[in-house]
Amino acid sequence: MNGCVADLSNKLYAYGTRHTEEMVRDLSQRAYEYRIHVLRMVYGRKSGHIGGAFSIAEILTALYFHQLRLDSDNPGWDDRDRLVFSKGHACAMLYTVLAHRGYFAVDELPTFRALNSRLQGHPEPAKTPGVEVAAGPLGHGVAIGAGMALAARMAGSRRKIYVVLGDGELNSGVIWEGLLLGAKFGLDNLTVIVDYNGVQQTGTTKHIMPTEPITDKWASFNWHVIEIHGHNMAAILDALDLADEIHGRPVVIIARTTKGKGVSFMEHMPQWHGGIPSEQQFEQALVELREGVEQWQV
Amino acid sequence: MASLIRSPFGQPIMMRKSYGDALVELGHARNDVVVLSADVSSSDYSHMFEQSFPDRFFNVGIAEPALVDAAVGLTNSGLIPIVNTFAFLIATRALEMVRTHLCYGQANVKLAGAYAGLSDSFDGPTHHSITDIAILRSLPRMTIVVPADPLSVTRLLPQIAAWEGPVYFRLCRNEVPQIYVDNCQPQIGKGITLVDGDDATIVACGVLVARSLQAAELLRREGVYSRVVDMHTIKPLDVELVASCARETGAIVTAEEHSIVGGLGGAIAECLAGVCPAPLERVGLNDTFAECGPYLDLLDKYGMSVEAIASAVRRALKRKSTAGQLENHLEVTQNA
Repeated sequence: MNGCVADLSNKLYAYGTRHTEEMVRDLSQRAYEYRIHVLRMVYGRKSGHIGGAFSIAEILTALYFHQLRLDSDNPGWDDRDRLVFSKGHACAMLYTVLAHRGYFAVDELPTFRALNSRLQGHPEPAKTPGVEVAAGPLGHGVAIGAGMALAARMAGSRRKIYVVLGDGELNSGVIWEGLLLGAKFGLDNLTVIVDYNGVQQTGTTKHIMPTEPITDKWASFNWHVIEIHGHNMAAILDALDLADEIHGRPVVIIARTTKGKGVSFMEHMPQWHGGIPSEQQFEQALVELREGVEQWQV
Repeated sequence: MASLIRSPFGQPIMMRKSYGDALVELGHARNDVVVLSADVSSSDYSHMFEQSFPDRFFNVGIAEPALVDAAVGLTNSGLIPIVNTFAFLIATRALEMVRTHLCYGQANVKLAGAYAGLSDSFDGPTHHSITDIAILRSLPRMTIVVPADPLSVTRLLPQIAAWEGPVYFRLCRNEVPQIYVDNCQPQIGKGITLVDGDDATIVACGVLVARSLQAAELLRREGVYSRVVDMHTIKPLDVELVASCARETGAIVTAEEHSIVGGLGGAIAECLAGVCPAPLERVGLNDTFAECGPYLDLLDKYGMSVEAIASAVRRALKRKSTAGQLENHLEVTQNA
């Protein structure tokens, strides 16, 4: 591997504390570091999904290093918060974040999608520590999260359930079954984050299957809607804090993001849903992502 | 051997009612059991559980994919969800959820398929479920259990709850005769030999177990002694029992309320081909949809009558003796 990834502290910012400028800067920088890992994983295997992994870098970083109450030494801890990773194809970013969160060695990331790897092409819970449910076929997250939220309520537990959805998934009928379910039971321990990057496999969501006005849709299903800029770390952290304050209804955070975020020629382009960079593109992407890292360094 | 069977059969009981009773009993025995329904609880009798344990019952509406997915979320937290809706909807509309999360993802969810086979007879082929065993049997890690009578439902349901991994419990809507005496203890994965015989074996499941016993009785009066096996677990199949039946009786007939493609008949065919080839005749729907009508009449019309089972045994016997003659002939030719 050429170039070196900056030594990351993997510092956790305790749940419930208000974010500081330094924390925002640190987590934003790490999100760019994680993009570099994803780029290497996909380029190394010549297989995987970069675009949708880049658009959730800040969201997953905020969740795993601040919001989620987890114990990586005890992945099965009953009272852990749950993260349902519904947009399974973007799992290179999930694996990168889980590795840095201590679930397995960062050295294992290059085995992504290889024969005998624990890091399957789409998440498999029995193989990868920290993965809660299988994912790949789209649309499952909300209904599964609702089941987890019901279980938490039955147990009298304060644990919270987070679901990360792609926007292309909103085409799928079972998503809306899940919305009905969350609202029926008033699951205020359930927070869904939609990575609304506006691009799916063969084009923009606007052309493939228009889902706007998306906030109105969720609101009309009796969800509390928060809309944010999904690469703004402070906005993400604020939204997660606010979601904790909502009672009686489930919460959706519509995170406006950019598919392929961080690499100019990948941004907003459907071909980078599953595209594999050439050597030249890889080098160019690396340069841009390093600039992304540097912009957050003091 | 015959001591396992009531003679004559006991008064018919609605299988769905025995399921409802068994579910309530399970709810008392285990407080980690939760029940989900896709708004047909008054049909499948899971409403009985709702009445006893309203806090452990969830009606997700007419939304079978979300029904299974919500159960995946519940079991992630250590609960044992029992999912209830019509059998055909589990095996078709919710199939992707079952495959991805229960079988691949190893979510410990139990599926209770109501109104299986032709038992929702008057609602017609849209509601019949004649391919569910074939579909679900093809999935790695799936276990499939088909109870033959009310007592089987009562005895098997707690085992299903305790079983590690996904189970499909295939249930009849209607009145079915009581076959078993009270001390019968069916075990998941172990077929039960109900009647012994050396001429042929009828391997049956579900409501066709009773009809197979009647067919064996009919044949006995003709001097044909059939063994009858209740193969209530289709997967994992009791391979040892199938092999010994094939070795000892030399001819097999399967009887199921399902298409002859891919169900019990398919499972036994695969098994025989692998461990002990023998003539096989399959009784079931002959790769066709049925129609609406009275339940027992439908079973008769679509090839699952007592007489149809007996005829299949006669055919199997004929093939067995032909095969025997051929073998002798070859032996003679080779020796010459």
